[in-house]
Amino acid sequence: MAHDQRKIRNFCIIAHIDHGKSTLADRLIEKSGLLTQREMQEQVLDTMDLERERGITIKAQAVRLVYKTESDGEYILNLIDTPGHVDFNYEVSRSLAACEGAVLVVDAAQGVEAQTMANVYLALEHNLEIVPVINKIDLPSADPDETVREIEDMIGLPSRDAPRISAKADINIDAVFDRIISDIPAPAGNEDAPLTAMIFDSVYDSYKGVIVSVRIRDGVIRKGVNALFMATNKRFEVVEVGFFGPGTFVPCEELRAGDVGYMTASIKNVADTRIGDTLTEAGSPAVEPLPGYKAVNPMVYCGIFPADGAKYPDLRDALEKLKLNDAALSFEPENSTALGFGFRCGFLGLLHLEIIQERLEREYNLDLVTTAPSVIYRIHLTDGGAIELSNPTDMPDPARIDRIEEPIVTASVILPAEYIGPIMELCRQRRGEYLGMEYVERTRAVLKYELPLNEIIYDFFDTLKSRSRGYASFDYELKGYKESELTRLDILVNHEAVDALSFVVHSSSAYDRGRRIAEKLKKEIPRHLFEIPIQACIGSKIIARETVGALRKDVLAKCYGGDITRKKKLLEKQKEGKKRMRQIGGVEVPQAAFMSVLKLDDE
Amino acid sequence: MMNRTGVYVHIPFCRKKCLYCDFPSQAGRDGHFEAYKDAVVYEIDHSAELPVSEIDTVFFGGGTPTVMPPIFLAEILEHIFQYAVAPGAEITVEANPGSVDRESLRVLRKAGFNRLSLGAQAWQDHLLRRMGRIHSADDIARAYEAAAAADFDNINLDLMFSLPGQSMEEWIETLRMAASLNPAHISAYSLTVEEGTVFGRLFGEGGLQRPDEDEDRLMYYAASDILGAYGLYHYEISNYALKGRECRHNIKYWKRAPYIGFGTDSHSFYDNTRWRNIHSLEKYLCIAEGSDIREEINRVTKKEAMEETMFLGLRLNEGVSEEGFRRAHGVGLFEIYGGVIQKMRNSGLMEQAEGRVFLTAKGRDVSNYVFIEFLI
Repeated sequence: MAHDQRKIRNFCIIAHIDHGKSTLADRLIEKSGLLTQREMQEQVLDTMDLERERGITIKAQAVRLVYKTESDGEYILNLIDTPGHVDFNYEVSRSLAACEGAVLVVDAAQGVEAQTMANVYLALEHNLEIVPVINKIDLPSADPDETVREIEDMIGLPSRDAPRISAKADINIDAVFDRIISDIPAPAGNEDAPLTAMIFDSVYDSYKGVIVSVRIRDGVIRKGVNALFMATNKRFEVVEVGFFGPGTFVPCEELRAGDVGYMTASIKNVADTRIGDTLTEAGSPAVEPLPGYKAVNPMVYCGIFPADGAKYPDLRDALEKLKLNDAALSFEPENSTALGFGFRCGFLGLLHLEIIQERLEREYNLDLVTTAPSVIYRIHLTDGGAIELSNPTDMPDPARIDRIEEPIVTASVILPAEYIGPIMELCRQRRGEYLGMEYVERTRAVLKYELPLNEIIYDFFDTLKSRSRGYASFDYELKGYKESELTRLDILVNHEAVDALSFVVHSSSAYDRGRRIAEKLKKEIPRHLFEIPIQACIGSKIIARETVGALRKDVLAKCYGGDITRKKKLLEKQKEGKKRMRQIGGVEVPQAAFMSVLKLDDE
Repeated sequence: MMNRTGVYVHIPFCRKKCLYCDFPSQAGRDGHFEAYKDAVVYEIDHSAELPVSEIDTVFFGGGTPTVMPPIFLAEILEHIFQYAVAPGAEITVEANPGSVDRESLRVLRKAGFNRLSLGAQAWQDHLLRRMGRIHSADDIARAYEAAAAADFDNINLDLMFSLPGQSMEEWIETLRMAASLNPAHISAYSLTVEEGTVFGRLFGEGGLQRPDEDEDRLMYYAASDILGAYGLYHYEISNYALKGRECRHNIKYWKRAPYIGFGTDSHSFYDNTRWRNIHSLEKYLCIAEGSDIREEINRVTKKEAMEETMFLGLRLNEGVSEEGFRRAHGVGLFEIYGGVIQKMRNSGLMEQAEGRVFLTAKGRDVSNYVFIEFLI
């Protein structure tokens, strides 16, 4: 097929959760004849189990579709799937930047929802042409006319003649193809200009090295080209270029302006291929890189320890493997008196943290104990020095501290007007500073706040969702550092400090947090033969105390012929549970205790 | 060589299921009594173990054995008697005070039962009602008199404490009323709220207020003190007896002596192997030559055997003897458990004297905590 930019469309699909984004993607792949139905596993693009279960996309994926039109021959449609969470906003923005248009899927029964709006704004920011599609018209509760009215009223997008389809029931899918071809602009790159290609994803492959997903803006890339990554200033000779088959890589001669595909160059380290970076040719480089590149740095840190200390090497291997594919993940060894050897790990945000944790547990079969997440604090010392602190345990003696600064983000919450009150209250509780509010239309507003990052890394997102019945969407960006009244809270179990439970907190909420952690631990720590005091303290000052009463009774009243086997199993289970506990100050503390303090808000 | 063995016969029927009960028993199956009796008889007649054993204890438990017509129980016992039963064997039947009378007790006594275990539980009608028992406090005294009149001189009363709504005064009253009948034996159990029972559900819903752990222990100590004053000495975690009247059948469980179970859900320990009979009444009633009614057949390993010696033997106040341990396992008690025993002694949970190790009063309160330490 001759290369003709006019026959290429690069697009993504955006939708509120459950409005049918993945089903439509599957259907488009199937219709373009790339896979037979037998080969189709539902939701081809989300390849990780975790993604399928959570219904969110964690890594960007792309697939090249070939669609035959009756009048105009074959078109190449590159579908780029985007990650779907605020932790990955930057990755999303790079995926969008690789497209010219977006298919907006709206559920005919649900209408326009919070994420529909947020996604549209994001797409508009990247100047994408938006093609609305009304999905699920086969549902009894579908009301396509009302949905059209909502799209026009709330988004201002003409959609009277938007395709009305059912991705699930395979109704009117061809209309979607037609609209993609007619409405989304073809790429307009210059094949003769120096090579500029934007990296929107990279994955590690043990045979090929890093496989870099690129969108070619200008020029041509082929095997043998001496490629230069402009941000990292690394050079590699291109070994292979190709495009994305569904779940496979299909090598080809060259990628030209307007194409979406991949390149490999025996790159060993995924960190050399930063998302958003510009790839060019070392011999005749582009004058300047494509706009929008940002270095992505971990914002949230926590300790990850193997439940079974002997699994430390396994944990290290697993982290190294995950890191191959995840430039944003960082880790270094950490040693805790309570939890033994583990790693201090850095993440983009809490979801990223949870995903890594789940992947370690599932894919690598590790049982983990995680400590409270922390941000990076800047500590200015009285001697004029300064340190960056990501582990509360390393906090210097208060006498040596001049002042502490914490990271601050600017956050935008897009929400229906009726939730403004509760969400403002939430932001106030989290030490938010109100910056302003804009109404995007009559019923929808954007709240702008300055918030300390450490207030949003615990459960802000969940609370936001529950207080807005799922309607509020949330986006944040690191703004800088600000001096704050911060202090380290320590937890003592049986008079011994448990390093893994220490954390940094604003002094206004220290009492409350200390009290709640002590209460929670009281529930989690089993009774022993003696009383166990649990204390929360700042320095040497105790601010909260609970007591686990002594064990008074643990006895099987009856043990006759029929009970022996069953009771023995019971004892063994009890013993197994004990074995998995951590010894602190002569007290056996279950792993659940370390985890429970992470979730203080579900009382 | 003849193995001395116990025989257990399970009768899985009750008139009504008590609200706390998680034992295998069913109510409303009266139509099956005769077929069940026939099936048990069949199983006994075809036993491979009994012909080579000397039976020195027999125990009919349930359920409530006495909901069955006493002649059926007598007939089952008769089939046991076709084997070698030691002279003076202890032959117990459990009964509900509401399901016996002078006549039925006389039939049982004549058939050869010489020990009666009455489920008295409490002496207050409001507590009995709340537990879902079918009898009243008056029924207990009546049943006891009837048993004495039928010439039962070895009677046990089962009692329970830590019941929902039970006060300390009521428990003490129960203990005194029970002891003043001069039974040879009393079992006093702290109520265990089991999942899958009505109490379990109520407790989960917060609809069941029961004495707290401290009160429970006070009730436990009260039992030991009061029954002791009546000559009923504390010999196992929940058992009290006149000297020489300890339940010989139950002691087999704690000393790992062999026993063979008949009937649904009955357990056996024989030739160092444990097994359980099937649960399904329907399947059991179809018992015939070659039918497979034994499940969960497990040979006890050397390690498990030592663990069992400890967690069963320590239930007895006399504890475990060094000599017995060596005889059973061919190795010294302290070689295997020296460290653990020292640790438990240091915590005041165990004592050691005259070649035996045993739980202290404090150790009995937290015996599971101690037993776990003996799992290898």
